[in-house]
Amino acid sequence: MSDSSDQLVLMEGINKSFPGVQALIDGFFELRSGEVHALCGENGAGKSTLMKILAGVYQKDSGKIFYNGREVDIPNPRAAQLLGISMIHQELNLMNHLSVAHNIFIGREPRRAFGLLLDEQLINQQTSELFAQLHIKLDPRTRVADLSVAQQQMVEIAKALSFDSRVLIMDEPTAALTNAEIEDLFRIIGQLRERGVGIVYISHRMDEIKRISDRVTVMRDSRYIATLPTASSSIDQIINLMVGRTIYESTPEVPEEYGEVALEVRNLSRAPVLHDINFTLRRGEILGLAGLMGAGRTEVARAIFGADPRDSGEIFVHGRKVTINSPYDAVRAGIGYLSEDRKRYGLALGMDVEANTVMASLKDFLRFRTLVDRIRARFVTDQQVSNLGIKTPSLQQAVRHLSGGNQQKVIIGKWLTADSDILIFDEPTRGIDVGAKNEIYHLLNSLAAQGKAILMISSELPEILRMSHRVIVMCEGRITGEMPISEASQERIMQYATQREAVVS
Amino acid sequence: MQTSSLGTLRFSMRSNAMQRVLAFSALIVMIIIFSLASPNFFTFSNIVSILTATAVNGVLALGVTFVIISGGIDLSIGTVMTFSAVIVGVLVTNNQLPIGVGLIGGLAAGGLCGFINGLLIAKLKIPPFIATLGMLNIAKGLALILSGLKPIYFTDTPAFSLIAMGSVLGAIISGFTIPNAVLIMFGAALIASVLLNQTVLGRYTFALGSNEEATRLSGVNVDSWKIRVYTLCGVFSGLAGVLMASRLNSAQPALGQGYELDAIAAAVIGGTSLSGGEGSIMGTIIGAFVISTLTNGLRILSVPQEWQTVITGAIVIAAVYLDIVRRKRQR
Repeated sequence: MSDSSDQLVLMEGINKSFPGVQALIDGFFELRSGEVHALCGENGAGKSTLMKILAGVYQKDSGKIFYNGREVDIPNPRAAQLLGISMIHQELNLMNHLSVAHNIFIGREPRRAFGLLLDEQLINQQTSELFAQLHIKLDPRTRVADLSVAQQQMVEIAKALSFDSRVLIMDEPTAALTNAEIEDLFRIIGQLRERGVGIVYISHRMDEIKRISDRVTVMRDSRYIATLPTASSSIDQIINLMVGRTIYESTPEVPEEYGEVALEVRNLSRAPVLHDINFTLRRGEILGLAGLMGAGRTEVARAIFGADPRDSGEIFVHGRKVTINSPYDAVRAGIGYLSEDRKRYGLALGMDVEANTVMASLKDFLRFRTLVDRIRARFVTDQQVSNLGIKTPSLQQAVRHLSGGNQQKVIIGKWLTADSDILIFDEPTRGIDVGAKNEIYHLLNSLAAQGKAILMISSELPEILRMSHRVIVMCEGRITGEMPISEASQERIMQYATQREAVVS
Repeated sequence: MQTSSLGTLRFSMRSNAMQRVLAFSALIVMIIIFSLASPNFFTFSNIVSILTATAVNGVLALGVTFVIISGGIDLSIGTVMTFSAVIVGVLVTNNQLPIGVGLIGGLAAGGLCGFINGLLIAKLKIPPFIATLGMLNIAKGLALILSGLKPIYFTDTPAFSLIAMGSVLGAIISGFTIPNAVLIMFGAALIASVLLNQTVLGRYTFALGSNEEATRLSGVNVDSWKIRVYTLCGVFSGLAGVLMASRLNSAQPALGQGYELDAIAAAVIGGTSLSGGEGSIMGTIIGAFVISTLTNGLRILSVPQEWQTVITGAIVIAAVYLDIVRRKRQR
């Protein structure tokens, strides 16, 4: 352990807001050289935002950043790199068609022949040296596209170190890694720590944090909560700080009995991401679908909805077999899908609230089978706006200008207007602030109470535990566990979510 | 909420209409400048000739406006127009079929080309730029083949030239001899406006350009609607072909290429965004008038043809740049 004289980074009083969301309030963070500093908190607590400010991705609205005791200004990622601060993002930033070596030296390639030609040999040689230092076994000439996610991450780390980084920020680095790969990563992190690099480790996984970090900083609701030495704190203590008291206040009220089976999926497969998926979903039920990143949860949703092709599988809606080859078929069968990425897959951002609300059911708003009945569309949209509590200055407001929570409600309104009985929510509260989250939760409950059948996909275990009546867990494209909520716990779900044995067969 | 967001609302409304207002002001300013510069500009006969000159390009631009709003592009409209004109000539002059059959044939020929464009783009997933570039050459080649490389004249059917150049208005109000082509353009614009703003087709045109994947995931059969958008654009090109043939009293197989760029320029000057999701019929018509007024005015001021082209190019670049600036501010 190091003492405070080794202070590398100090962030104080950092504020940052995005349209509709206060992402950071009086943010604080301190990093020492040679330490692994875990940063934890629920999704949306502000961890990534704080670190993106340090890495120059975002600009702080106010506050101070000190680096090696000197106040610094970090206007862009390039400036951060020059200071020696590198960030490895959750979504890796590599160019798939270039070689590993070219990715590492992009923008500063060694040249030869008076700077006219790239010095391939030197690029590859320097990359090999870098890999050797880290004991990474990779050919510098491999194309990034041909690497596994774990190997790509190693490339990102090597790239960060090639800038002589003193600070390395890792945003959920193990989310997509296998156990063996995680061991490799930890070995490299250990080496970096010995070299005096300060490492910020953003993660949800308590066991990893406990194992690898020296100190833990907890954030909640966009604020700094506390910093603890890892060795003398328990996992429970950290989790309590993370969730405050709010999360466990309510556990789902499971209805005494459900309605008929609304959706049944049999033998759904899509190589290589889905293998033999079977489950049923009843009216009035909220079925939680849990699993780690890459387990195939979104793929299940998209396959049911007809957004992706599938190899095999039958889908029954209200007991009748339906043929779903496209979202068009799915919508007609009464299925609605709320994607995890609203802006990309859910909304026509430039169009207004009304147009988005009637988008999936425009055929019901026609006069003479061709003209859009604006008056009725407006009336129905107005109803949804007041029922769902959508905050918008008018129905003609472009949805781009609404907050995340209100955008999500517009999509819910779209499916309600289309009379969908089966609603698939993929990460319903991703990117939504805490207050709005609660509203979405209330909405889900009341939709279930009205007899809608709800499949809820979530990466946040507290969300799964708070909302679901029943939980199914996926790992690597298979369903590995199912349990009523009364028997579910974070530990049990994690156990199924990491149950890889089934894959070997 | 109500009050705090009113500002953004007003701003977004203003910025949406901004380009149209700008284009319209540019048109007015141009008219004033040209009027002051030459006494021959603001005369009834010159205004009529500007209107007439706008008709063909205006109708072409209407169709491509739909395609551009949907997030696509159609480079084939110019030669499809020619192809349609040649079809009319083949039907009416070479086969001596009634003019009505020729008209329907011309519109259908354009629609068919558009339909094929749509198929290539929606089903085979060929990028619009490439698919319609191919169609540009196919239509151009077919027009030359069918016409035997020579213009087809409508000398046997004098009524044909009345479609565009006759004046129903002049017959009603004496002296007010505005050619039918102008009326047809405004009529087509009216229909286009209803299609774009009040029908499912129009709604999905905007939705496709705004976010195609979200539209697909809303259960909309996007392939089929895309095909309809390109088909509609083809029909407008066919109509432009009929007007062109009628105005020249002949189908000129070598004419047409290059018209697509003027039409696209008209749409863009009028505020249709090349990245899709935004645009208006009113804007496109204003854009078409900006181009024809500029060309006409420069000719009256005896600016050489080649400089007219240079200036038109500069105006298009300026219009697109303004659009980009506006968009950036909107973010």
